[in-house]
Amino acid sequence: MVKTGLGATMVRAGRRLLSSLPALFGVLVFTFLLMRVLPGDPAVFFASGPNAGKEEIELIRKQMGLDKSVPEQLVFYLSDIGRGNLGRSMMTGQPVLKDLRERLPASLELTFTALLIALVAAVPLGVVAALRPGSAVDHGVRLFCALGVCVPTFVSGLLLIYVFYYLLGLAPDPTGRIDVFASVPPQRTGFLLIDFLLAGDFEGWWAACKQLILPAVSMALFVIAPLARITRASMLVSLGSDFVRTARSVGLSWHKVVVTYALRNAILPVITIAGIVFSTMLGANVLVEKVFSWPGVASYALDALLSSDYAPVQGFVLLMASLFVVVNLVVDICYGIADPRVSIG
Amino acid sequence: MSEDLLRIDNLHVSFSTRRGLVEAVRGVTLTVQAGEMLGLVGESGSGKSVTGFATTRLLDAAGRVTGGKILFRGQDVTKLGGDDLRHLQGAAMSMIFQNPRAALNPIRAIGLQIADAILTHKRISKDAARAEALELLRAVQIRDPETRMNAYPHELSGGMCQRVMIAIAISCNPALLIADEPTTGLDVTTQKVVMDLLADIAAARGMATILITHDLGLAARYCRRIAVMERGRIVEEASPKTLFSAPQHAYTRRLVAASPTATSRIEDLVTEEERERTAAVVGKPRPAPAHGTPPLLEVRKLAKRFDEGSAAVADFSMTIAGGESVGLVGESGSGKSTTSRMICRLIDPSEGDIVFDGQSIGHVAARDFHRSRFRKDIQMVFQDPNESLNPRYTAFDCIAHPLMRLDGMRGGDGLRKRVEECAERVGLPLDLLPRFPHQLSGGQKARVGIARAIACRPRLLVLDEPTAALDVSVQAVVLQLLDRLRRENDIALLFVSHDLNVVRMLCDRTIVLRNGGIVEQGESRALFDNPKTDYTRKLVEAIPHIETGPALAAAL
Repeated sequence: MVKTGLGATMVRAGRRLLSSLPALFGVLVFTFLLMRVLPGDPAVFFASGPNAGKEEIELIRKQMGLDKSVPEQLVFYLSDIGRGNLGRSMMTGQPVLKDLRERLPASLELTFTALLIALVAAVPLGVVAALRPGSAVDHGVRLFCALGVCVPTFVSGLLLIYVFYYLLGLAPDPTGRIDVFASVPPQRTGFLLIDFLLAGDFEGWWAACKQLILPAVSMALFVIAPLARITRASMLVSLGSDFVRTARSVGLSWHKVVVTYALRNAILPVITIAGIVFSTMLGANVLVEKVFSWPGVASYALDALLSSDYAPVQGFVLLMASLFVVVNLVVDICYGIADPRVSIG
Repeated sequence: MSEDLLRIDNLHVSFSTRRGLVEAVRGVTLTVQAGEMLGLVGESGSGKSVTGFATTRLLDAAGRVTGGKILFRGQDVTKLGGDDLRHLQGAAMSMIFQNPRAALNPIRAIGLQIADAILTHKRISKDAARAEALELLRAVQIRDPETRMNAYPHELSGGMCQRVMIAIAISCNPALLIADEPTTGLDVTTQKVVMDLLADIAAARGMATILITHDLGLAARYCRRIAVMERGRIVEEASPKTLFSAPQHAYTRRLVAASPTATSRIEDLVTEEERERTAAVVGKPRPAPAHGTPPLLEVRKLAKRFDEGSAAVADFSMTIAGGESVGLVGESGSGKSTTSRMICRLIDPSEGDIVFDGQSIGHVAARDFHRSRFRKDIQMVFQDPNESLNPRYTAFDCIAHPLMRLDGMRGGDGLRKRVEECAERVGLPLDLLPRFPHQLSGGQKARVGIARAIACRPRLLVLDEPTAALDVSVQAVVLQLLDRLRRENDIALLFVSHDLNVVRMLCDRTIVLRNGGIVEQGESRALFDNPKTDYTRKLVEAIPHIETGPALAAAL
C-alpha cells in the first residue's frame, strides 16, 4: 500500500520547502544585481540637498558601502541576510525588517479579504454557469467576468470611491486602514479586524471593516474572472464525468450530486488557481494601495524603488518570493488534504 | 409473475449533434422477466448502451427519447419526473458501468459512497448505513472489508472497483440491474470472477439483469436469452444455443463467425461471401527454415527495473525466426507491454541483450535507436488506433512519415506511389488517404497504423494489443490482414495480447508471462489444448467459450 494521509503530505511539503531554497537564493542575487544596474545613484538622492558637495556624496557613498565592488557588496549583503538583517531604509530611516513587519499585515489583510470576496463570488457564479451552460445566466456570468478583467483595479477603485464615498456617502474617506482620529487597538496579530475583535472593540472593528471593504472589492473584481472561469470549466468536466452519472444512477439527491460529488472534485483546480491568484494579488495590489492610501508593503516598495533605496526593494522582493513559496506550500497541503490521490506521486 | 418486469416498446432515441439529429435507437422492443438475465449484444454504435441509459433515465443532455415506451412494472419510465424518478433510480433499478474506476468518486472513501446510496432510499442513521455498507462489501467478497471501507478508488484494482460498483448498485435491492460492459477492460481471470459474482448475486436476490456487452461468448456463458442489436434495432433474439447453431439474421451470422472460439481458424472469422475476396492468398505453407539459420531475433535474459520496486520483467529469453509469429500473453501487470517495448527499442532494458539479425541492439540507447539501420526492420503497431495517430496528420502523412524519416524518401511521385501501395496492401481505400484520423472509423485507423508500420518493409512487426479497441467484426478483418501480410511478405510477428483466442489463431508459438517472468511457452495449439501449468490453465478456462457443436461447424 502507498503511504497516504497527512504524514505523506507533510513529507512532501517539507521536500518542496527545501527544493525552493535555491530558487530563493537566485531571487536574492538577481534582485541585488538588478538594483545595481538600474540608473540612479542613491548617494546623490539621499544627500542633504541639490547643492551637496562632491565630498558629501562620496561620504554617503562610503557610509552605504557603495564604493566597494559589486561582488564585495553582494557578499556583505548575503552575510547580512544570513544574520537576519535586511538593511536600513534611507527613506524612513528604520530597519527594513521593521518597516516590512509593520506594513505586511496591512497588505495581507487586504489580500486575504479580497481573495475571500472573490472566492465567495466566483465559485457560486461558476457553478451556476456550469449547471446551465449556454443559458442567459451563463452568458451573464461571462459578461461580468469580462468586465471585471477589462477594468484595471485603479479605475474600478476610483469608480467605487466615486460612487460609495462621493455620491452615496456610505463609505468612509479612502485614507488608510482606520480613521485618523480612531484609536488603534493593542497590536497582537497586526490584522486590524482580528485585533479589534480581541480587544472587544466592535465599533472599531466595524470602522476598520468599512475602510477595508472598498479596496478589497476593487481587488476582488479583478480576480473573480479567472476563478469563476476555472470553476465553470472544471465543474462542467465534473458534471459530465462517470462518477456523477453513477451518483445519479442510484438516485442521490440533486444537492448531493452537485455539491458532494461534482463540486468537491471541481474545486481541486480552483485551489491551485486561488494560490496563484493570491500571490499575484499580493504583489500587484500596489495600485489599489496607492488609490486607497493603504499602508501596505507594495506601495512601500514602489516608493523605495522610485528613490533608488536599495534595501527596501531587495527586502520586498525577498519577502514576496518567500510568501510565494509559503503560499504554494499551503496550496500543496490543501490539495493533499482535498485529494487523496495526490499522495501517490 | 405474469407481467413482464420491464417492457420496452418501440423505443426511439435521438441525439442532437452538430450535424443534426442522429437516431441512436430506432424501434427497440424487448421484455425482461423478473429474475432473468438477458444479454444485449452488439458492436459499438449499435445503440445497446443507449437503450440501457434510456431505461435508467441517464441519457446525457443531448439525448432524448423521441418515441416508444419503457414500461417498468407497468409504469412508463420515460414520463417519470422528480421524486418518482429518484425512487426508481437505485431503489428499483440500478446500473453498473464500464470502466469502474472512473465510475467511482475519486475523492470519496468507498464506504461513504455505498452509504450515500443507502441513505438516499432508507431512513436510517449514518452508523446503520455504514454497517450495511460493510455488509455489502462482504457480499461482493472484498477481502478485509473493514479497512477497505476507508479506501479510495485509486487504491483498489479495477476488479475491486467493479465489486464496489456492484455493491452500490445492489445496495437497495433493485428489481432490475443493468450491467453495461461490466468486465470490459478487466483481465480474463478477473472478468470471470466478477461475472460469476454478479450472476450469483442476481440469482440469490432474484434480480433481473440486462447484460450489455460486445462479447458474444460472455453473453452466451451467463444469459439464457440474447438479443442482438445492430444500428439501433434488435435484429435477432434467441437462446445462445440457437443463436450459435442457427443464426437467422445476416448480421448475427457475421458476428458469430467473427467471434473467435477455441477451435476457429483465421479463415473462419468472416462469412462465406466475404471470404471470396481474400481466399486467393491463403494457403501456401511457409517453407521450414534451413537448419543452422540464425533466428531473426534473439532475446537473452532481458530484465527491466523501474525506478524503485521489483523488476517489471526479469530473465526473459526468447527467439523469433524470420516470418514466424509468436504470441505474448499475460494479464495486466505481467510485463508483456514492457517486454515488447524493450524489443522495439522504445525503452532501455536494465539487463540482458537483444540480438537482431546477428547484431546486438540491446545496448543502443532507446533515444538513439532511430538512427540505427535496424529501426526500419523493427516496427510497431500500437494498441489504441485513436491515440497512436497524430491528429494533425492525414492518413497519407502518417504512412509517408516513416518513409521520409527512415527510407530517406523525398516528396513527389515515388513517395506517393509507395504510400498508395502500402494502403492497398492493408486494404485502405485510396480516397481515404487525405483524411484526418478523426474522419476515419476505428477499423480504418487500425489499417493506417498497420500501413505505417509496414511502410518501410520491416522484418519484425511488434503488435501491442492491436485489436483490443476494435469490434469483433473489424478485429476479424484486421487479423486476416496481419496473417496475410505475414505470409506474403515474410514478416515475423510478435503479437502481444490478453485475448488468448486471438493468439491461438494467429501465432505459431505462444509465451505466457506472469509477474515479469515466463510461465510457459510452446507451440500454440498444444499449449492451449494441454496447458502444463496451473496459471495457463486458469487463463484458458477463464475465456468465455462459445459452445459450438458439430452441427454449428457444419452450418458454417
